[in-house]
Amino acid sequence: MITLSIDGKKIQAPPGRTLLELAREHAIWIPTLCYHEALKPYSGCRLCVVELATPRGSRLVAACTYPCEPGAVVRTDSEMVRQSRQVAAELLLARAGHVPFIQELAASLGVHNTPYTLPSDDCILCARCVRACREIVGVGAISMAERGPGREVVPPFHISSADCIECTTCVLACPTGAITLQNIIDRDRTLHTWPSQYARRACRLCDYHADSLLQNEG
Amino acid sequence: MNRLTTPQELESWRKAIRKSVDPDQPRLRVCDGTGCRALGSQQLLLALHQSLDEAGLAGKVGVVATGCPGFCEQGPLVTVDLPQSAPRASIAYQRVSAGNARAIINETLRANRLIEELLYVDPVRDQLIVEEADLPFYNLQTRRVMALNGKIDPRRIEDYIAHDGYLALSYALFEMEPESIIEEVSFSQLRGRGGAGFPTGQKWKLCRQQPDDVKYIICNADEGDPGAFMDRSILEANPHSIIEGMLIGARAIGATTGFIYVRSEYPLAVENLGIALDQARQCGLLGQDILGAGFDFDIQLRLGAGAFVCGEETALMASIEGRPGEPRPRPPYPAQSGLWGKPTNINNVKSWASIPLIIANGAEWFAAVGTPESRGTAIFSMVGKINNTGLVEVPMGISLRELIFEVGGGVPGGKTFKAVQIGGPSGGCIPAQHLDTLVDYDSLTRLGAIMGSGGLVVTDEDTCMVDLARYFMNFVQQESCGQCLPCRWGTQVMLNTLTRICGGGGQPGDIETLHRLASAVKAASLCGLGQTAPNPVLSTLRHFRAEYEAHVYEKHCPAGVCRGLISYEIDLEVCTGCMVCARSCPTEAITGEKQQPHVINLELCTRCGLCIQLCKFNGVMVH
Ligand SMILES: Cc1cc2nc3c(=O)[nH]c(=O)nc-3n(C[C@H](O)[C@H](O)[C@H](O)COP(=O)(O)O)c2cc1C
Ligand code: SF4
Ligand code: FES
Repeated sequence: MITLSIDGKKIQAPPGRTLLELAREHAIWIPTLCYHEALKPYSGCRLCVVELATPRGSRLVAACTYPCEPGAVVRTDSEMVRQSRQVAAELLLARAGHVPFIQELAASLGVHNTPYTLPSDDCILCARCVRACREIVGVGAISMAERGPGREVVPPFHISSADCIECTTCVLACPTGAITLQNIIDRDRTLHTWPSQYARRACRLCDYHADSLLQNEG
Repeated sequence: MNRLTTPQELESWRKAIRKSVDPDQPRLRVCDGTGCRALGSQQLLLALHQSLDEAGLAGKVGVVATGCPGFCEQGPLVTVDLPQSAPRASIAYQRVSAGNARAIINETLRANRLIEELLYVDPVRDQLIVEEADLPFYNLQTRRVMALNGKIDPRRIEDYIAHDGYLALSYALFEMEPESIIEEVSFSQLRGRGGAGFPTGQKWKLCRQQPDDVKYIICNADEGDPGAFMDRSILEANPHSIIEGMLIGARAIGATTGFIYVRSEYPLAVENLGIALDQARQCGLLGQDILGAGFDFDIQLRLGAGAFVCGEETALMASIEGRPGEPRPRPPYPAQSGLWGKPTNINNVKSWASIPLIIANGAEWFAAVGTPESRGTAIFSMVGKINNTGLVEVPMGISLRELIFEVGGGVPGGKTFKAVQIGGPSGGCIPAQHLDTLVDYDSLTRLGAIMGSGGLVVTDEDTCMVDLARYFMNFVQQESCGQCLPCRWGTQVMLNTLTRICGGGGQPGDIETLHRLASAVKAASLCGLGQTAPNPVLSTLRHFRAEYEAHVYEKHCPAGVCRGLISYEIDLEVCTGCMVCARSCPTEAITGEKQQPHVINLELCTRCGLCIQLCKFNGVMVH
């Protein structure tokens, strides 16, 4: 066991825990957005930042990826933490302030409006869909493309991916509802957010969709 | 080229190479680095060969295409090494063109006459300089890592070996244990030259201690800072020094494979590295059982595609593995889990190139130069409003004033120095009142700048600091990998704000917004890119806040740069009606009769500045 301190409390941690996992086990609240229990932590949204004391002054680290280290001194609610979470929430509102989930998340951090403007979009680039596709489904039907302001979620070369079987794992993983499903009754589904449309196919491994496809064909 | 199987063979080859050099044969050293190539060094080389043929001197005069010695401002450079018996040693000609080739052969080589118009005029003393060794630009430097730049042909391993090349490797393999190599490097107090200044010996030790059998080392040659070309010049001019450094590092750390990650925008560096690697392999200096020491090591080249973020070590490793170049959180550090999960040591080009010098000359020699916390030399590429644009290697701890005004020759055109931006887009600016600051890792950090990898941009009274911050913010927001929220959107909002301020649309509260965003992005971003991206904004806010305020509240750009805040007017007293400006104005905003004063239609004027450049009478005023 490792001993560390969070918000002044001495806590014991089994080896291999991240700060976020440990905090949750001890009911210490840390906001998250890109984190998902079924996925590897990504440390992209930076909402989960906490302040870690180091010999050269304290700095912020993402609790979702940072490991518990012996003797660590962590604060989850310092001024520095609050400030940067607020700025992150303001930026989220600037991007997707029309999405109720984002409004609630921002409100939980005490942020109700934003001084900033950004091109508005449902997608907040948390990469949960992309990671779900890769890590859970095991394919790469969608991925992050471009860097900087051009970053977006797309299927390879912007055309429908042959790897996509419309399993909708990405839809479930998306926190903002940016990926929507249309036309479930028909054989074709449209996944919105990237322009693509798919004929449903049966999964080679688990027969997923096989019944409905047979019914449709029957 | 024979495969060397013992250190003795290396030594006898060295002797043979040195003996084969005829001290009575004159030699023309022509800089063929990227800068001089752009100025025509390839045509010049061709012309020199032709003129030698014509003069019947082919084969009797050596012609060496060297890498860049750093004096790019004066290129293309030709240095004439005279025979030992001659009264002079090396005549340094500057700004030489293909048309000068015949004169160099006929006048200087055959008739022993100097070509005055090709000699450098020292602007301070207004004096012609003949000898390479007397050029103040080199004289004021302490050239160690760059010592052979411009002296050797980077495409001939023989040249490197003649200058004690691979001697340090020989020591490291046969007279030192891996631990003692690391001790020597630690003792030299070498700090990483890639920006952060982490102690190299400590990093190597950490990697050596890992229990894995497979370990990797990497040379970071991505050099993505705008305006920086230090690493390029070493890659081009002396690639074997990097290979030798990596060989010694591999032996110390216990690695069997190394990678050099170099940007594909450096074609000449890639070419020269490829040649150097092939030659080293042929000589048995790379591959299996190197010099018969039972030590195996080889190096592969990997080309980057020009993403600034790929210089960040974890993004670089992802890129080598074939994944998108996105950083990942640390820990684990590369020394624990790097390339393909194996312990990996990554160092900058200049760090690797320092290693053979430390091993050959000893840690004490290395540490004798510099300050207690920052030992050795620093290499800067000096660009912007400075007389001697180029590369310089100076002792750590030199003052900014000495660096800019003595080595760099000061600000051109009698203009006033304003500030210097050090460390590129991750760095900060330092204003005139701090010119006596010492150039070392810690002093620069205290002022909100960083040593960085050595990019140094000098600005003068005509530079707008808000515009400068906007320039760097534009760069980082484009180069942000986009993975983490503060860097991706924070830089975008900061850029929009700065663009608005420069365009005349600044609003009360903008300065506070910039400050708040900059602090949050710095604190919360995932990698070094986002953590340092706000530095240009923060440091200009710190030292030039009044300039921001003038833009926002008075809608005035004190330097007369920001197009949204200035207007042009033709001085009716001065204008002669020569019509040059009217004919060239791309928007046809200037009208007037011949020999009558002209006027600018402000509705049409885009303030491109062409008329200012063209007017011979300084007749265009900026408000
Ligand atoms: C955005 C970013 C860009 C970087 N670019 C470079 C680079 O071009 N070259 C380099 O050597 N180091 C660069 N670094 C630093 C590397 O991450 C790493 O610290 C360095 O290669 C370590 O070598 P050193 O210890 O010899 O300095 C960069 C870091 C960041 C955050
Ligand atoms: S700080 Fe910027 S470059 Fe670094 S991971 Fe985040 S988005 Fe990418
Ligand atoms: S939850 Fe940790 S960075 Fe998003």
